[in-house]
Amino acid sequence: MNQAVIGAQSRPAVARGFRLQWEAAQNAHVLLYPEGMIKLNTSAGEILKRCDGATTLADITADLERAFSTSNLSADVIRFVTMAVEKKWLQIPS
Amino acid sequence: MAANSLVTAPAKPGPPLWLLLELTYRCPLHCAFCYNPTDFARTAAELGTDDWLRVLRQARALGAVQLGLSGGEPLVRDDLEPIVAEAHRLGFYTNLITSGVGLNDARLHALKEAGLDHIQLSFQDSTQQMNDFLSSTRTFELKSRVAALIKQYEYPMVLNVVLHRLNIDHVEEILEMALRLGADYVELANTQYYGWAWHNREQLLPSRSQVEHAERTMQRFRERVGNRMQIYFVVPDYFERRPKACMNGLGSIFLTIAPDGTALPCHAARMLPGLEFPNVRGASIEDIWYGSASFNHFRGDAWMKEPCRSCPEKARDFGGCRCQAYLLTGDAANADPVCDLSPHHHLVTEAVARAERPLSKMPRPGPEEKPLVFRSVRNSSTLDPKRDGN
Repeated sequence: MNQAVIGAQSRPAVARGFRLQWEAAQNAHVLLYPEGMIKLNTSAGEILKRCDGATTLADITADLERAFSTSNLSADVIRFVTMAVEKKWLQIPS
Repeated sequence: MAANSLVTAPAKPGPPLWLLLELTYRCPLHCAFCYNPTDFARTAAELGTDDWLRVLRQARALGAVQLGLSGGEPLVRDDLEPIVAEAHRLGFYTNLITSGVGLNDARLHALKEAGLDHIQLSFQDSTQQMNDFLSSTRTFELKSRVAALIKQYEYPMVLNVVLHRLNIDHVEEILEMALRLGADYVELANTQYYGWAWHNREQLLPSRSQVEHAERTMQRFRERVGNRMQIYFVVPDYFERRPKACMNGLGSIFLTIAPDGTALPCHAARMLPGLEFPNVRGASIEDIWYGSASFNHFRGDAWMKEPCRSCPEKARDFGGCRCQAYLLTGDAANADPVCDLSPHHHLVTEAVARAERPLSKMPRPGPEEKPLVFRSVRNSSTLDPKRDGN
């Protein structure tokens, strides 16, 4: 079980068995897993595609804020990543 | 045929997101609950490698993204590896649905290298005796070895066990076995009655108390092991009062290509009368999916009869399964008789009532039971094709 608290220094990665890719036919990022697919909304796709296991959530958040010319995304990003870890889409490498 | 030649279809459907290639009907097992058509031995020659690769490219271009490689046993095709490699290169998520027979270290190594994403391994039961009886082979030891091999190559261990009257009382033992093998996911899939399973329905349909007991056992087990092993219990629709949303509606997301190249909106749909299903040897996936009369026939709700046509639930369940409606009532446009609003619902409840008879000791059926007919080339060639909706 991954009990780690998710915070600014966490470095999440798309979990083994899952694959994130852009699908032109659906005009969306999708998360693929055994015999299933989750179609992601824009913000979920933008967060997940930055989760490479090397970048911290602090840097991911800063990058998103730059890319979308906004601020104060940190709580939203952590909330989404926490949910994605619970759903096992993401893992936090130890 | 072009997509714009349609006159009766509703709004243009989305892409065939789910592509299932039934690479072959050949199979080393002889399972009595197989959904393959009972007349599989009469179908035409299998597609060649180039045909399958063309299907992959055309379907992917339309937006297909999940790929199932099934059969029969897909491992009997010696071109499975290049098929997986091309699918992976194209961006499919590739799922191998296998009995495990034929999967050794060398092949699994090659499949991993080719980019295979996922393996679903079927088991027939938790005990060697029952596993071998139900699949009419001696494969249990082999499957246990294959399960270990799958772990070794760092795939999630996904077990599928088809449940029915003769093994549903073993759910606890099945789950214990899965835990011992290190399974990450277990799918307890109650038999769906098509093909060989339809032919053997009377011998395979469990009683209601068997189903309820199995579900309680599964729940207790789930509470005990937590999320170390995820368990899915596919409810047997004969015991429900509303039908399953079969295939999310025919022609909405699911495309099957049968071994001979016949394109189907569901792997059982070949039985549906009056529809000429196209073949990938003579038509592109785009023309088949968007332009063929047989794929458009059951889209929307113009085909529906009462009580479905005026039912508010039609948007959720699409009237249930067309094949089940056809097998049970003789008309594929009727409501799936699983629905208790169907005037034919008694056909389902009567079958369930017959299943209340006492269980005979297995593996030998008692004198009151007809023998199971195992899936084999010989049986396939000699059964009356009319009886099973072929």
